Amino acid sequence: MKADPAGVLTGSHYLDGDVACGEGAMAAGCRFVAGYPITPSTEVVERIARRFPTLGGTFIQMEDELASMAAVVGAAWTGTKTMTVTSGPGFSLMMENIGLAAMMETPCVVVNVQRGGPSTGLPTMVGQGDVMQARWGSHGDYEVIALCPQSPQEAFDLTIDAFNLAEIYRLPVMFLMDECVGHMTEKVVIPEADAIEVEPRRLTDKSPEEFGPYQINGGQIPEFARAGDGYRFHTTGLTHDERGYPVMNAECHDASVRRLVGKIRDNADSIVRFEEEGMDDAEVVVVSFGITARVARLAVEEARSRGIRVGFLRLVVIWPFPEKRIRELAGSVAAFVVPEINLGQIALEVERVAAGQAVTWPVNHAGGAVHDPDAITEIIVKAAS
Amino acid sequence: MSSKVEIRITGFGGQGVVLAGHIIGCACAIHAGRHATMIQSFGPEARGSACSATLVISESEVLYPYLRRPDIFVVMSGEGYEKYGQELKKDGTLVFEQDLVHPTTVEGQRAFGVPSTRLAESLGKTIVQNIVMVGFFTGVTQLVPDEAMRAAVRGSVPAGTEDLNLEAFDKGLEYARKSVSQPAVGVARPILEEVSP
Repeated sequence: MKADPAGVLTGSHYLDGDVACGEGAMAAGCRFVAGYPITPSTEVVERIARRFPTLGGTFIQMEDELASMAAVVGAAWTGTKTMTVTSGPGFSLMMENIGLAAMMETPCVVVNVQRGGPSTGLPTMVGQGDVMQARWGSHGDYEVIALCPQSPQEAFDLTIDAFNLAEIYRLPVMFLMDECVGHMTEKVVIPEADAIEVEPRRLTDKSPEEFGPYQINGGQIPEFARAGDGYRFHTTGLTHDERGYPVMNAECHDASVRRLVGKIRDNADSIVRFEEEGMDDAEVVVVSFGITARVARLAVEEARSRGIRVGFLRLVVIWPFPEKRIRELAGSVAAFVVPEINLGQIALEVERVAAGQAVTWPVNHAGGAVHDPDAITEIIVKAAS
Repeated sequence: MSSKVEIRITGFGGQGVVLAGHIIGCACAIHAGRHATMIQSFGPEARGSACSATLVISESEVLYPYLRRPDIFVVMSGEGYEKYGQELKKDGTLVFEQDLVHPTTVEGQRAFGVPSTRLAESLGKTIVQNIVMVGFFTGVTQLVPDEAMRAAVRGSVPAGTEDLNLEAFDKGLEYARKSVSQPAVGVARPILEEVSP
């Protein structure tokens, strides 16, 4: 369906990434946000809190991040599109209820504007250290989808995609921004509402008597019934059967968790998204994401001007990881160069998938600044020789 | 003019440094068909201490969002000058609040002073000092067409204050025209894009 024009601020604007993310959420149909302020993410909710009263949306500043995530999960079960917004320290506090959202198959979006960590770290400065936390932060086996914008324009566009993916796959979708993109102001073009596709909640057409909240009817993703529509059902974080009732045995648990994981792994080909250039003759491939991918392109241009055959792959969706493509490239290139603002997280993933077929060269920075493009060029040169 | 211009704007918190940067960036990106990336410094600044915004303006996509050494340094406080004055390029352009900043002359650099606070006071509102400075900047650099800047001022200031701010802008622009004969940076170009709705 098309976006509700009320939430779409059509036009060309000069916005920072945080505000663009807030506008993307409203364009996507988000009408409930609960959060607790934290630098560098607060501008997202400031924008939403200002605009929501005109859209019939609800913003609640909660007492902390645990409660924020819990409110987002609860509100999603009324059929509303929901989101919370935070940065590293708050993201850590949300992990328990992110697991709850995964287990209850609750569509929602969690925005993390990454700053330097661990702990309170660098509140006002850039980091990309929450990449693995977004994937593995809550306990147990589950899968997430995570997107990484590299500009305010993408903060708008990809927030809409994040909401749509949350609806299709019924899970918490991680929106991994970083301080640089969040606090960077650039031109953002917001299209007309009828040019924006939004996924509605996939409501069941069964009667309350026939409906079970985790019936999958031969597919992988259950149908949804809104609380308050007369469907009486049970949903918690315990391992459950099709009716949502707890079942404490290994068989049910194995089937349930395999389905949670399978709905993403089996559909990875349609979820994975990346951009690449210069692969035809590449002997070295730079793999990067978010703000680092932008800076890395300068290094790629410089290396090419020195005659090095270097390709460039930017992860737009970072989880699920584009295993198939990296494996394919590993068979034809000599090395991967992986710059990221952490001490080596996606580099490990590249190395795992390359499985010894190509060498992985990390280019790391713990946070507080973006890479100096020359530092990346230097490693590209080493990797090529 | 080179294809990329780097600008730092600094002053004390409360002077409207970030708004000044936003207006210049918006004029370039929305009303003059260029790429303009603004970064605001996010130190723990409180009102009254040094505050800064940087802009990279380019004919092509800006990949590296931070500036290396500014081509233009707009400074509205002595503390801002102390903190960032050294980084201005050898042939850079200094634009300063002449009652608050007393720069040392550097050979090769061009310097343009304006009593922007006093000019704002003459309009009855000191708060528009930053917009007077933006007008003066427009006149001395001729980096962005006047009309693109006016459109950005109109769209960036609080509703109901547009006229006052445009008056402040014109005050600064007029002061630049009277005191400066040669543009400091480049030649004004036509507006490439329609003003957004």
